[in-house]
Amino acid sequence: MTDAVLQTKGITKSFGALRASRDISIDLKPGEIHAIIGPNGAGKSTLIGQICGTLKPDAGSVHLLGQDVTQEPTRSRARAGLGRTFQISALAMEDTVLQNAVLGALGAAGKPWRFFGNALKDKALRETAEEALERVGLQDQARMRTAELSHGQRRQLEVAVALTLKPKALVMDEPMAGMGSEGSKILTGFLDKLRQEAPILLVEHDMDAVFSLADRISVLVYGEVIATGTVDEIRANTAVKEAYLGDEA
Amino acid sequence: MIRESYLNAATLALLVAIPVWAMSADEPFTITLMTRAVVFAIAAVGLNIALGLGGLVSLGHAVFFGLGGYAMGILAHHAQTYTAVTEWPFLIEGTKSMPVIWLVAVVLSSLAALVIGILSLRTAGVYFIMITLAFGQMFFFFAISWAEYGGEDGLSIYVRNGFPGLNTLDPIQFYGLCLALLCLVLAFAWRLGGSPFGLALNAARQVPVRVETVGLDPVRLKLVAFVVSGAITGLAGALFADLNRFVSPTMFSWQTSGEIMIFIIIGGVGRLFGPVVGALVFVALEHWLGGLSDFWHIYLGLLLLVIVLFGRGGLIGMICGREKVHD
Repeated sequence: MTDAVLQTKGITKSFGALRASRDISIDLKPGEIHAIIGPNGAGKSTLIGQICGTLKPDAGSVHLLGQDVTQEPTRSRARAGLGRTFQISALAMEDTVLQNAVLGALGAAGKPWRFFGNALKDKALRETAEEALERVGLQDQARMRTAELSHGQRRQLEVAVALTLKPKALVMDEPMAGMGSEGSKILTGFLDKLRQEAPILLVEHDMDAVFSLADRISVLVYGEVIATGTVDEIRANTAVKEAYLGDEA
Repeated sequence: MIRESYLNAATLALLVAIPVWAMSADEPFTITLMTRAVVFAIAAVGLNIALGLGGLVSLGHAVFFGLGGYAMGILAHHAQTYTAVTEWPFLIEGTKSMPVIWLVAVVLSSLAALVIGILSLRTAGVYFIMITLAFGQMFFFFAISWAEYGGEDGLSIYVRNGFPGLNTLDPIQFYGLCLALLCLVLAFAWRLGGSPFGLALNAARQVPVRVETVGLDPVRLKLVAFVVSGAITGLAGALFADLNRFVSPTMFSWQTSGEIMIFIIIGGVGRLFGPVVGALVFVALEHWLGGLSDFWHIYLGLLLLVIVLFGRGGLIGMICGREKVHD
């Protein structure tokens, strides 16, 4: 447990009478992909919100690289090395693909206070941005307006922006959502290699992707983790079958 | 569709050609009108940084315009009456020097923008509009009740303030000075747009959560934009007061805030030359239509309606189409 990159300890969150997170303790170890699955309304987004800092837990704590970051805002967690991709793309749609990637590089370098000099001509920023775009295969779209990208390409750009931060841990909220089977296959291959660089907490509905990628899976039902284990353990778990997998497993 | 850079160049050419023609045709009033447009344009370039880049719909920019105006009015008033602005804690004397007045105007309006920004940026959307409006009204009523500086009647300054090496009483020389300042703030705004700060601010307007996720503080970016924006509008206020040789609480009124915003909406929100085109069109309408009817605002309203309904990018958007993305 001590070597976990990212860890939650007993986090609990209620919205009125709804208990969206009940005493959740999960961790993310170096080199692994830890998938969070669960039916709609199980509290996956609430959990991610607390891990990334958009929501504050009522009780419990969040630890990043051994530091308690429960009271830290999102931006501090990002600076400490937490990368995130969104379920619904959160990109500057009016800007170009490259501009979005440069924004990430700018944040990682922590220097947004220069009023002069073209951001896109800054060598260091541009290299970081272009390298990230190339890794997700968007180098040819760099000059396109983000709004003109296909849905799948926007998901790739989300990943690229997260990569510009050189993250120590990644939280990905349904990166496969709405991607064609071809795109999702390519992204699966990419994430497979990426885990060595930064472990990934993966929330995903695409069961093929989850079962082929995950080192461990946690199953979230009604705000509670009912099981954590390897793919085989989860497949064999009767409680999980009843609660969630049903005939899919 | 005409390329935006051509339209910008044409606008600049007009800004030079019209006054030169007016000078040769001995039409000093036209030069005064053009000066009015140029000063308005500077104020609007300031607001455009907050509004166009930062997405901050401020209905309180009259505060900065008025502060610039009163900085000029108060300093020049004391200079012409040979009295001190204050003798305690140390002696501050009035001045008739434009550069000094500009500096005071910029510093005062930056400070005001910092305080107003810190308080207003805790809110967003309609609340931000309302709170900036409320600050504007506070300054407006304060100016009205400040009897020492003319209260409701304002302050008259008999002789235009001086600038080293220029005769500012000559309309064309004062115009040239204002135009040079407009070019400076335009160059600044242009550089700002492509700079790291501009890129981050642009993203903070569109998706604050993304900016936060890459480790930056969107509110702080917007605050800095608001301060820079207020400083430029404050400079314009000082020039406006010098143009009229008069300051009054009207400079602080919410109508002034509205007009500065109208320039930008007419020209094109977020477009570099939007404030310039808007201010020129506004002053032209004010002059021509205002000469025909006291109710010329009806036509201004119609123009605004057409632009808002059919051309989201203002006149520049209608003529040049969508904004080109930066490379």
